[in-house]
Amino acid sequence: MNKPANTSNQDIPVGSINLSDPSRFENYTWPETFARVREEDPVHFIEDSPFGPFWSITKFKDIVFVDSNHKLFSSEPFIIIGDPNVPSNNFISMDPPKHDVQRKAVQGVVAPKNLAEFESLIRERTQKVLDGLPLGEPIDWVQHVSKELTSLMLATLFGLPLEEREKLPYWSDMATSSPGVAGNTSVSDDVRQAGLDECLSRFIQLWHETLDKESSFNLISLLQKSDDTKDMINDLEEYLGNILLLIVGGNDTTRNSMTGGVYAMNKFPEQFDKLKANPELIPNMVSEIIRWQTPLAHMRRIATQDVELGGKTIKKGDKVVMWYISGNRDTDVIENADDFIVDRKNARQHLSFGFGVHRCMGNRLAEMQLRILWEEILLRFDKIELLQEPKRVESNFVHGYENMMVKVSAL
Amino acid sequence: MPTIVFISHDQQRHEIQADIGDNLMQLAMDNGVPGIDADCGGSCACGTCHVYVQQNQQSLVAPDDMETSMISMRPDAEDSSRLSCQLAVNADMDGLELLVPEFQM
Repeated sequence: MNKPANTSNQDIPVGSINLSDPSRFENYTWPETFARVREEDPVHFIEDSPFGPFWSITKFKDIVFVDSNHKLFSSEPFIIIGDPNVPSNNFISMDPPKHDVQRKAVQGVVAPKNLAEFESLIRERTQKVLDGLPLGEPIDWVQHVSKELTSLMLATLFGLPLEEREKLPYWSDMATSSPGVAGNTSVSDDVRQAGLDECLSRFIQLWHETLDKESSFNLISLLQKSDDTKDMINDLEEYLGNILLLIVGGNDTTRNSMTGGVYAMNKFPEQFDKLKANPELIPNMVSEIIRWQTPLAHMRRIATQDVELGGKTIKKGDKVVMWYISGNRDTDVIENADDFIVDRKNARQHLSFGFGVHRCMGNRLAEMQLRILWEEILLRFDKIELLQEPKRVESNFVHGYENMMVKVSAL
Repeated sequence: MPTIVFISHDQQRHEIQADIGDNLMQLAMDNGVPGIDADCGGSCACGTCHVYVQQNQQSLVAPDDMETSMISMRPDAEDSSRLSCQLAVNADMDGLELLVPEFQM
């Protein structure tokens, strides 16, 4: 890995540390840097960064405070650190009351009664994917398992034909890959724009296909049936904005937790042994994976008035970044927070889903997908061996994996 | 000491002797009532201590804006929905029945 000499920033004053540097996440040096900032300057301000001046909130309890006070901290106009150059007119980037009506229109797709119906479908697909893995050969877990399972699920949620599913992670990457948004430099502006144009035109077509089928029950049909969103197709920017929100929300998050869990088991092999001996720990371990990985590193807000926090004054209009990835390693709230512990007490108390009115809508679906994956892994595999360190995403927003080579062995 | 009754989704009754001022979410957690997740630990920020108040609603303080917002984000919200972390036991609550939903979200 290319690790710049100064990445840990031990040699510079804490006030000069720019936490938004995407290489920290790609090189996996973020844990030590955030640990230092939590200790020395937990409510941290930097004047100069590629994303302008911004505050960093790094402690668990401060993040809960900011996240749950939507009147003090607005989600408009955007919830990623950079300014949007993709349609961002969607309900995660809106405050109540508009947020509430758009979210309510679609959240029924992940209501408990539907989750119960999804369970057998998810299990069948998971079994098929795992049974198809070649044993004893190097394979990319991201490509063969994590992307495959999350795109199958998301295609079902949208009512998109399954054979088009590979487009979903591609469009998701296009939505979040931009130097200006979250620091990713891997995709040119032209390529990204072409990807988003393709996404919009396919979803315009899908809107009409869905209207033609009266029996549909999916995210698109729910938008069409709600009085508040039934005309969303007439505002293409808002339509694409919401589609991208649902694609990213259902894609990067679960995908990178599916990979992160396997990575964690290789770094803490005694935990995999404990899990194999006690499969009833799976639901608790799923929460622990989601905490330990923290697949979305941050969310951003704008202060709507002056706010005192941690002895500092955040001014009205200031940009405020809540680093979930740091709060989830805060030892004031979580014991031995850097360790992955499958039977951790209070494992559900983590920040990865956010708190307050923007809390993750698909959290229970995500947990179910991960639970089923691990139930089926334990029935088949003795070991999923990491062959080399994974290649990580260059982004301060998506905390994930480009690829991860592993070798699976049967029981 | 008021008695608070949590009824879990499988209809099992959990009758708990409470002290005035006890937090209802904490009471459920401390007494092992299944189905209360309390992901945010009682900050009115997650909605996973949702209960349906079966009767005696007049004994409860009215929900504030934050609680109302969090409840409205749930697809299974009803008029009787409350977040148990926002309720403290008072003398009028004796016999209060709280139904725990099948799932927390």
